[in-house]
Amino acid sequence: MGREFLEGNEAIARGAMKAECDFFAGYPITPASSILHYMLQLAPQIGGVAIQAEDEIASMGLCIAAAMAGRRAMTATSGPGISLYSESVGLAQIGETPMVIVNVQRQGPATGSATKGAEGDIQFTRWVTSGGLPIIALSPATVGESYELTYRAFNLAEQYRSPVFLLTSKEIGVTRESVDLDEIELPPLARRKLVEPGKTYLPHAFEHSKDVPAFSEFGGDHVARFTTSTHDQAGYLTSKPGVVQEMIDHYAAKIDTAADDMALVKEDRQDGAKTVIISYGITSRSAAVAVEQARSRGLKVSSLVLQTLWPTPERAVLSALDGVTRAVVPEMNMGQYLLEIERLAPPGVEVVGVNKMDTALISPAEILQAVEP
Amino acid sequence: MVEHRTTYMTDAIGPLPYCPGCGHHFVIKALDKALVNLQLDPKEVVIVTDIGCIGLSDRYFVTNAFHGLHGRSITYGCGLKLARPELTVIVLAGDGGCGIGGAHLLNVARRNIGVTLIVANNFNYGMTGGQHSVTTPVGGVTTTTPWGNVEGPMDLCGTAVAAGAAWVARSTMFEKNLADTMTDAIKQPGFAMLDVWELCTAYYSPRNQLKKKDVDTLLDRYDCKLGVLADNPRPEYSESYREAYKAGSTATRTKTSIEQRFTSKVTKQTGIVIAGNAGQKIKSTATLFAQAAMSAGLAATQKDDYPITVMTGHSLAEIILSPQRIDYTAIETPDHLVLISAEGLERIRSRIGDLPQTSTIYTDENLDVPPTGARVVRLPLAATAAKIGRLSIAVIALGAVLKDTGMFPTEAFATAITMFQGAKIAEVNLKAVEAGASLVHPDETSSAP
Ligand SMILES: Cc1ncc(C[n+]2csc(CCOP(=O)(O)OP(=O)(O)O)c2C)c(N)n1
Ligand code: SF4
Ligand SMILES: [Mg+2]
Repeated sequence: MGREFLEGNEAIARGAMKAECDFFAGYPITPASSILHYMLQLAPQIGGVAIQAEDEIASMGLCIAAAMAGRRAMTATSGPGISLYSESVGLAQIGETPMVIVNVQRQGPATGSATKGAEGDIQFTRWVTSGGLPIIALSPATVGESYELTYRAFNLAEQYRSPVFLLTSKEIGVTRESVDLDEIELPPLARRKLVEPGKTYLPHAFEHSKDVPAFSEFGGDHVARFTTSTHDQAGYLTSKPGVVQEMIDHYAAKIDTAADDMALVKEDRQDGAKTVIISYGITSRSAAVAVEQARSRGLKVSSLVLQTLWPTPERAVLSALDGVTRAVVPEMNMGQYLLEIERLAPPGVEVVGVNKMDTALISPAEILQAVEP
Repeated sequence: MVEHRTTYMTDAIGPLPYCPGCGHHFVIKALDKALVNLQLDPKEVVIVTDIGCIGLSDRYFVTNAFHGLHGRSITYGCGLKLARPELTVIVLAGDGGCGIGGAHLLNVARRNIGVTLIVANNFNYGMTGGQHSVTTPVGGVTTTTPWGNVEGPMDLCGTAVAAGAAWVARSTMFEKNLADTMTDAIKQPGFAMLDVWELCTAYYSPRNQLKKKDVDTLLDRYDCKLGVLADNPRPEYSESYREAYKAGSTATRTKTSIEQRFTSKVTKQTGIVIAGNAGQKIKSTATLFAQAAMSAGLAATQKDDYPITVMTGHSLAEIILSPQRIDYTAIETPDHLVLISAEGLERIRSRIGDLPQTSTIYTDENLDVPPTGARVVRLPLAATAAKIGRLSIAVIALGAVLKDTGMFPTEAFATAITMFQGAKIAEVNLKAVEAGASLVHPDETSSAP
């Protein structure tokens, strides 16, 4: 294809198509609308369906059902829409539905500033729905990563039969960048594991808690069952505490035990550095400049950029925190992932946030100030 | 040969869980009979249930079952049908589900997605303890209308008809032909709704002395007829969707990739802000300019700033060009500020005073630029645009910037215009590049006052 001048949202649509996404439902909202526009153009080209739903609840309902009927589904919205997705995310969790949910974050709360960027939905994503079960969320920093991580989000959704969030922001979604998507290396396309025809189908079958149940689609070779209610492996309502706990353990274990496999990080460690900057999303690009400037002034500083936010890449974070005395966590919110770093930081590591929500990017200078106060 | 089924229900999990005399028994039995009438493959049928007592029923069937959130069953039915149009999708919802999911009812009817909606309408929320619903009659006593309901009931059938439903019928739990009406509903290729009035023997019936004969009185009171109320077949959504796509999507993807054909003199990250107003093609011109820079081997980013009502007010574009990767995408100090209109100037006015000597402001000659440390180049932008084309003012300005800075050849800009714009517009804009470039004479540019 060669170099193009693309906005992040178009790269998301292209990543979805690369992942053979053949179902999209969304409701217009700045700054996510253009994903809907691109998908309306692209999805039908492979026999897919893209539709503007009547609201965000319908967007999720359509996608969940389509995914259970064998489609590779995606939806996209921004903060106000995620609020309306909330209950349905739980449905996708309890039903073990593979699908991708894009959040192009904008300044909140509420309507906030529709055309301004923020990273205010980090913990909201983690605790997006009732029950508090683990969530998967990836966060791109560039237009190229928007493409790559959308594709990878589909892979994770399919591998773990789970909803997967792509947490981008206005600052990436509607910023154009020169990029060559073909140069981006992608893993092989993953597809959900299927039950063989002729074998009995239990929609939530597992032997070990962490196993991902094999799938059979509505309209396929087996009679399928899907339910929002607490159920057993066969998808039948149950209230037996033992079975209920077993199922909850399963939903949690299949994601938590795979945290290391899902961990996508970029580490730039400097020997002897006592400070590490831990960042993600658009702010990680300011962090990159800050690191460069700090080093050019003779300061020693390491950097860890997280592409996987949830489940927390604990091993990578712990290794980055090893040997430092100071961790700087810049975020375009009032300190959200900071809580996660504080939770993991060993005694003797001071965790410092660089936080603002005035809709402007956090500048390299602001980060440098925290590196060298 | 497929075996003839005499029932689509299983007794493996025991009898239906409903209160004695509950109308849901009748609806479920009628659905079983309708399926027997149709002799469909259970694997090709999905029973989608809403939340509520009615939603406890799907697991008694041998078909596929989809039990989702309260009020959203229609959306699941639609998703299944859009994904696999060959499936028979039957949605069972209560009056409560139709209330909270009202938007979905209107939209499935309007879109004509081929699901069958069966409403088990018992005038209240059975499952949660007999609260009033959107169909509770005026005066109806419920847990939440202890002194009688003062809200007018919603006529579900009338609502569906008004929303354009292809097929609508009303029946009651007592009608002898309920299963046959249901069979007809399921057979419809488009959206079909069957509203079944029934008794909730735990709450609504005892509190309101609603018995079999009273259902007829209620029908009369609200002038509600039984039977088929609308039968206007039209193409089902998936069919229309495919037709529309086939007819509309003839356009092949335009080429968007850019090869390097020129060289640039840009050695460091350079920020350019173009400030104009809506209707001056600021954003699209900035994109062309950045694409031209890419053809000269540079990396580029672009961010726009404009009010949400796009056809009025300011329009700003921020471009960063760099020979290296661009990390930080904000422009703290523009190297080149291009002022095209008064509205654009107003938007950025507060940042002008602090601009250093190393920055240049290219401004229309008639704009009142506040005092600044930057070098100011005054140009007859509007006057030139009046001659060449009003929509080319940003191209003219950037033509001048290129000539003055030598960042990359004006030829690159011209090539991007030819490549990405329609022939007619490109013709005007190619002239605009030249006209812009010719406004700048290396020795004549005035510096700051
Ligand atoms: C979002 C949400 N709100 C409220 C409820 C609680 N709830 C369960 S069933 C129900 C009403 C059901 O009434 P209806 O649809 O008429 O069914 P019926 O029980 O009468 O058959 C409500 C409000 C819920 N499950 N989910
Ligand atoms: S509460 Fe009402 S609707 Fe529910 S089972 Fe009993 S009679 Fe039927
Ligand atoms: Mg009811």
